[in-house]
Amino acid sequence: MAKEVKKLNLNFGPQHPAAHGVLRLILQLDGEVVEKADPHIGLLHRGTEKLIENKTYAQAVPYFDRLDYVAPMNQEHAFALAIEKILKINVPARAQFIRVIFCEIGRILSHILNVTTQAMDVGALTPTLWGFEERETLMGFYEKVSGSRLHANYFRAGGVHQDLPKGLDSEIAEFCEKFPKIIDDLETLLTDNRIFKQRNVDIGIVSKQDALDYSFSGVMLRGSGVPWDLRKSQPYDCYEQVEFKIPVGKNGDCYDRYLCRIEEMRESVNIINQCLANLPKGPIKTNDGKLSPPSKKEIKQSMEALIHHFKLFTEGYRVDEDEIYTAVEAPKGEFGVYLISDGSSKPYKCKIRAPGFSHLQAMDYLIKGHMLADVPAVLGSMDIVFGEVDR
Amino acid sequence: MENLESLEKAINSELTTKIISSKIKHDQINICIEYNNLIEVMIFLKTHSSTKFKQLIDITAVDYPERDKRFKMVYLLLSHEKNSRIKIEFDMKEGEILSSLTSIFPSANWMEREVFDMYGVEFKDHPDLRRILTDYGFKGHPLRKDFPLTGHNEVRYSEEDKKVIYEPVKLEQNYRNFDYESPWEGTKYIKEQSKK
Repeated sequence: MAKEVKKLNLNFGPQHPAAHGVLRLILQLDGEVVEKADPHIGLLHRGTEKLIENKTYAQAVPYFDRLDYVAPMNQEHAFALAIEKILKINVPARAQFIRVIFCEIGRILSHILNVTTQAMDVGALTPTLWGFEERETLMGFYEKVSGSRLHANYFRAGGVHQDLPKGLDSEIAEFCEKFPKIIDDLETLLTDNRIFKQRNVDIGIVSKQDALDYSFSGVMLRGSGVPWDLRKSQPYDCYEQVEFKIPVGKNGDCYDRYLCRIEEMRESVNIINQCLANLPKGPIKTNDGKLSPPSKKEIKQSMEALIHHFKLFTEGYRVDEDEIYTAVEAPKGEFGVYLISDGSSKPYKCKIRAPGFSHLQAMDYLIKGHMLADVPAVLGSMDIVFGEVDR
Repeated sequence: MENLESLEKAINSELTTKIISSKIKHDQINICIEYNNLIEVMIFLKTHSSTKFKQLIDITAVDYPERDKRFKMVYLLLSHEKNSRIKIEFDMKEGEILSSLTSIFPSANWMEREVFDMYGVEFKDHPDLRRILTDYGFKGHPLRKDFPLTGHNEVRYSEEDKKVIYEPVKLEQNYRNFDYESPWEGTKYIKEQSKK
């Protein structure tokens, strides 16, 4: 005798610990099997793009920290590069190296958070505790260089705000020496862990073709076996001068994406080490007085410096009429800025292309036919941060 | 960027009449098309062996309220095989309805929803054209230039009603937009100094 089973609609979120932020996911369930997923986003929408249109270029930088707030500097990088390309600024070598060091620190920050919280979503608590201790050290570096642990506001068009404080390079080097051991420790907890594998292997498989069709980038694309990394294929700053490998997955499941992230952390340490070893001496921002503010000492001695300072912090610098799309390889994938300038000191339009937006879009495709308990596992492996999805 | 030039030539020779203008800027190909050719151009760029722009990076609109054709639509594509990017753009009037790209690129779904939400541009044949980033029941299109930065409504929890209520925005201080722009260019000798 066939019994009719009623479909169940389940509201996952907007407040749910495994949603990694404010995601409202409306799931249609047949028993425990998910038939349809409809993500409702925008609960963290702050109108970043609209705000940026009303701010000067320098004032717009902090908004980029608040997008993907676990790797703030990577996004500032995209914006800084966009302005630099329009204005054809040459960034001093030292600034390029510092930026790459901090972008890689951002990558490690993001990957630690993702790997460990994904582990927590499927039942392991210890990795989070171990991982977050390292994140604290890294955020200490952020604080030392920019004054704040999270919202750095450190990259400028034409360089960085300040030089590294004395001794910071050796501290970072010390961290790089110790950190691979921590990754090994994390791996002993997770990589061969039976429960972790049961929850992740063969879950949320993405084929190569679908990864391209759904505009995946970053680890989501590499996990499916596409060797694509903007740091290699369209290098910016000094990425051309460092050597690193791009880990690529085979099966495109959650487990492969986890393995990619672990390997990427090792590569990031490798990149930081190379940058520290070759860190050149010299200026850390362009010496164009129309772009970078004068030093305090100069302001007190030179009338022109004082005027420059005043103009830069009221009107701000102007950017020639142009439009450009620049993208960087952020920890989560291709983070792009499509900037239209109209010759004034405020952007006419600044569209932010966030990788998480296209990843989350594929939720329905990824989760269809999986069990309800796989939702957090898939969500975790997509590396969603709502700051950038909702903008 | 020899490669990019030959790619631009290939696209131009294949699409000929459908392209209004094309140029290479900032290591990217930019082409302008007529808006009713969108689907054909996209299918060509995605599938043809000489182009293979298989990934849609983003769709966005730009609002120019003073123009007759108010919106400029921008489509960004990426070819992994050719390692190159292309930007397709065209102007359209307010109220014109565009064809959806969802049948060619599944990822166009949310991107078009975002353009609809932010600019009010409508797409035909879109499976699910709802607002995406703004609140349920939101009115207006925030990224249009005539939408005020402060918005129209504000939200708070009302102790009397025991629920969240919407009210018109009341600001203690009005939004201040100072005009700092001046024709100031600095004196000549500083420019010469800074060049050294």
